[in-house]
Amino acid sequence: MRALLVALVAFLVLAAGAQAAGPPNAADLEAELVCPVCETTLDQSDAPVAQRMKAFIRVRIAAGDNEQEIKDALVAEFGSGVLATPPKRGFGLLAWLLPLGALVAGVITVVLLVQRWSGRRGPPDPERPLDPDLERRLDEELARFEG
Amino acid sequence: MAHRGRLVAQGVAVGLVALLFLLLVWALVTDAGGDLAEAAARGERPEAPDFTLERLDREGELTLSSLRGKAVVLNVWASWCLPCKEEAPFLEQVWREERARGLVVVGLDAKDFRKDARRFARRFDLTFPLVFDGPGDVAADRYGVTGFPETFVVDREGMVLEVFVGGITAAEDRARLRAAVNRALAT
Repeated sequence: MRALLVALVAFLVLAAGAQAAGPPNAADLEAELVCPVCETTLDQSDAPVAQRMKAFIRVRIAAGDNEQEIKDALVAEFGSGVLATPPKRGFGLLAWLLPLGALVAGVITVVLLVQRWSGRRGPPDPERPLDPDLERRLDEELARFEG
Repeated sequence: MAHRGRLVAQGVAVGLVALLFLLLVWALVTDAGGDLAEAAARGERPEAPDFTLERLDREGELTLSSLRGKAVVLNVWASWCLPCKEEAPFLEQVWREERARGLVVVGLDAKDFRKDARRFARRFDLTFPLVFDGPGDVAADRYGVTGFPETFVVDREGMVLEVFVGGITAAEDRARLRAAVNRALAT
């Protein structure tokens, strides 16, 4: 069983490596890049500049550029707004980390609130002594009831 | 202690809302988008937003305010834009005829490949200064350009006299541009 798992993981790692090493796919790139005029992804746009960018991508793929090189070349021409998702480095990393941070903060807040609410509704501490005045009144009431 | 903590949290929340409000006001105040054309149409003379951009026709950069004292025709174009092709020879003609009087035509190429822009300039034999605004930030954010081409006539004091939205291809538009250039040169 263990050997099977190791073989499966090795296969997945090798398959992922083989995919990353291959030439980039034009359709994938077109879905990850934005037309600077109509501001939709290239695969959704027929604007003249989008067509020109698609042709550029195909030429660069044929020339042997990898995905990052093609994206970098387009960012050098049109700016970082051409990327459909912010880069996972530098300032762009914030866009990825902030939602995660907000999620963690939300979970912590919910946990704290639940703890606070359940603490309020918990059973009274049996060890805690009653107020002497209250205890005296309670005894009197009980005595009167029993008497 | 808990009361003090709550007060601090409330203070932080109010501060954040105030900050967001100030950011909104700042964005609205500094956004020239569309206002230039409207103000020029009302006969006002809004200041042409300054910029420094990479040159396409030679090495280095060009700063608009460095042209103060000259009249400027700022033409926003792109190589893939059809009306830009139609008006380019006319703008070159105006530049050649009026440069001795102190006119500078500046071509601002936006949302384009540098290589395509240079090819366009060679094809139409453009000899006026060309600058590159690939992301289109200067064109869109400072000049409020929403389509291509747009042309701004700026006087010698750096004020926008007239804005042309769309290609300057019709005879009446060309006459209007020449009149605006004459007004700009006369300041």
